Amino acid sequence: MNSSTRLRLTGISKAFGATQALKAVSLDVAAGEVHALLGENGAGKSTLLKILSGAHRPDSGAMELDGAAYRPAGPSDANARGVAMIYQEVNLAPHLSVRENILLGAESSTLGWISEAASRKRAGDALAALGYGHFPLERAAGAFSIAEQQVIEIARALLTQPRILIMDEPTSSLTQFDTEKLFELIKRLRGQGVSVIYVSHFLEECRRVCDRYTVLKDGEMVGSGDMKGAGIDALVALMTGRPVADLYARKPRQIGAVVLEGRSICRSPRLKTASLAVHEGEIFGLAGLIGAGRTDLLRVIFGLDSAEGGQLAVFGRAAGWEKPRERWREGLGFLSEDRKEEGLMLNLAIQDNITLTKLEAFGRLGWISSRRQAAAANRWTAELAVKCRGVEQPVGELSGGNQQKVALARLLEHPARILLLDEPTRGIDVGSKAQIYEIIGSLAAAGKSVVLVSSYLPELLGLCDTIGVMRRGTLVAVRPRSEWSEPELLRAAVGDE
Amino acid sequence: MTSAIRKILGKAGPFIGLALVIGLFSIPSETREYFLTFHNFKIIFTQTVIVTIGALGMTLIIVSGQIDLSVGSTVALTGVIAALLIQKGWGAAATTAAAIGVGGLVGLFNGSATAGLRMPSFIITLGMLGMGRGAAKWLADNQTVNYDTSPINGWMTTSNPSGAALPAGVWVALALAAATSLMLRKTVFGRHVFALGSNEAAARLCGIPTTRLKIAIFVLAGLFTGLAGVFQLSRLRVGDPTVAVGLELDIIAAVIIGGASLNGGTGTILGSTIGALIMAVLRNGSQQMGWPNYFQEIIIGLVIIVAVFLDRFRRGAKA
Repeated sequence: MNSSTRLRLTGISKAFGATQALKAVSLDVAAGEVHALLGENGAGKSTLLKILSGAHRPDSGAMELDGAAYRPAGPSDANARGVAMIYQEVNLAPHLSVRENILLGAESSTLGWISEAASRKRAGDALAALGYGHFPLERAAGAFSIAEQQVIEIARALLTQPRILIMDEPTSSLTQFDTEKLFELIKRLRGQGVSVIYVSHFLEECRRVCDRYTVLKDGEMVGSGDMKGAGIDALVALMTGRPVADLYARKPRQIGAVVLEGRSICRSPRLKTASLAVHEGEIFGLAGLIGAGRTDLLRVIFGLDSAEGGQLAVFGRAAGWEKPRERWREGLGFLSEDRKEEGLMLNLAIQDNITLTKLEAFGRLGWISSRRQAAAANRWTAELAVKCRGVEQPVGELSGGNQQKVALARLLEHPARILLLDEPTRGIDVGSKAQIYEIIGSLAAAGKSVVLVSSYLPELLGLCDTIGVMRRGTLVAVRPRSEWSEPELLRAAVGDE
Repeated sequence: MTSAIRKILGKAGPFIGLALVIGLFSIPSETREYFLTFHNFKIIFTQTVIVTIGALGMTLIIVSGQIDLSVGSTVALTGVIAALLIQKGWGAAATTAAAIGVGGLVGLFNGSATAGLRMPSFIITLGMLGMGRGAAKWLADNQTVNYDTSPINGWMTTSNPSGAALPAGVWVALALAAATSLMLRKTVFGRHVFALGSNEAAARLCGIPTTRLKIAIFVLAGLFTGLAGVFQLSRLRVGDPTVAVGLELDIIAAVIIGGASLNGGTGTILGSTIGALIMAVLRNGSQQMGWPNYFQEIIIGLVIIVAVFLDRFRRGAKA
């Protein structure tokens, strides 16, 4: 491995209007190094990435790439000079084939006619270099899982033979199993001398895959060093500027009677059979790979999809496969894994989003008192520390963490007694995560029940009383948390006993 | 600076547009004398009634993320049916109720097919556009339906054309606009309409009965269309199955000029009403300027594009 300096940033500053997004940030990345860029939301990571990828220009400071001045005129120029970026959200054209996606904008052609053989070879080679040579090149990209789509996207980035690959939250929608495969891929790239700048909120992951780290806070570099020997607590303290207590501090809670019981629930093709019993005051975790049927189970329980078989009892009463409206009435609440597509109405006000499940309660005879609506919403934005201009602000203008708090506030305002939470901390910053953990803990302490789907195992192990693992549509094992460890959960999820 | 402009545009956008077009026609010597008179505005208001009533229902539909292309055909159909009923000796009230009811039935079909078959309302109402027009021609035996007289004929005029009174149609349109605006802003139904248009999946997750809601919206819009058909008849005084071709596009344009987004989730009744007025003022002014018809069409087309562009600018959307 070559240890010469690949990228050197000195004194990079950038302001947007009155906001100083970056203040004299310096960064060194060696060739073949995986470098973690850490920081809370708003710390300046995105701005720095945009400067690196040519989308923004710095106000001052210098950048060097392999010893030569690096001043990209725009994203395509940055790309031509060997800096490629993988965004958090997959950017593929779902109707085009794998081959077409990989070569999009870089087609092999003669006089505008695409040369089939050459493009198949180039796309195939790019995938093979990643160890995914078996992908069917002609299948539409939309038919692949998110993890597989990410591989396609990385293959596209590698087409230009980048010297630096920037990855922004690459694992936020991956399961632990897929994450492992991504790490192997990163190690392979590192072996080929590619430098990787890795941005993630998952510190455990960064510790495993990264060689060095740099922490940004409020636009300034507050620390950097070797990953080896850096403790999670120390990193979190650097990021937040204050020492943190245990993320998963437990409040005492009493586990009571069964409140939600499902027997042999199924819905083809993804949900084969699942039986579970959730108790009062219990946090029940569901682990498993993406596509293992965890989300499908929650959706069927909540009446968003219809079940094909099985029984369900809510608070001891047999419940049919009702619509969401009935479920809310029975005291269930559902937090979707997809805030933007299903969770929130982005162009409606915060107060409407919070109160939508029970608007009738805010007025009389179908008329709404927007004053009372605002009062209820204000209570929650204050209690959950939602950063907003006011409860009339459209939810789409808030940051991811604050949007998630609004989505959760809807369940609290309703108030739901059994909360089905699907990936409640996906893609949000450490500060908001800690708050959401605290809320979940207090809910259980207050006798509410929580079913928590998460692909982040430390979170499940930290929060839950009971954890069930789903594998290929079947809920295969339900045990108390004390009987699980990360490797065991992973083994149960992938099924090699 | 930009944010200040955005704010002003956001609060008063359609009003500024209206002031601009009125200002435009108040200056030239050809129109200066007559354009700003009460009598002229009485004509403009009367000419706006049908588009405005149609725009009330269309606002509901567009805010909820749907579209209705069948309005012109339905106006013709309900007008023909009303004319046939008058021929049979029905009174004004019963005829009006029947026309409104037929409009509601058309809406029931549009809504049930859209929600029940899970098909885009664009397709369903495009089909209805053909079926409605065909049914109107069939019922009318492919000619105009004449009748002696009916009180309905007087709803779009006043006994003294130069007097201060406004025709009944104008007052009906105003009252309905006020009621619909209140309903959209202040009731549970109204909030649900916005929620549906903003994010249907999230609305369903929140327990809103989205199928029923969609049907209700289309039925309500259909009732408005039926009423618009009666006013159309009142203006023509004859049931004409070929009338109001392309009316739905004028109505959609009024709603869009008024600030609603075709993506759903935004729009106001006040905006749509002003949008309808802007188009009527443009038509009226162009006629007085002596501009040919094709020139009016070009101008109105341009206004739609400029209005939506300004609206996007206001929202800070990247072009």
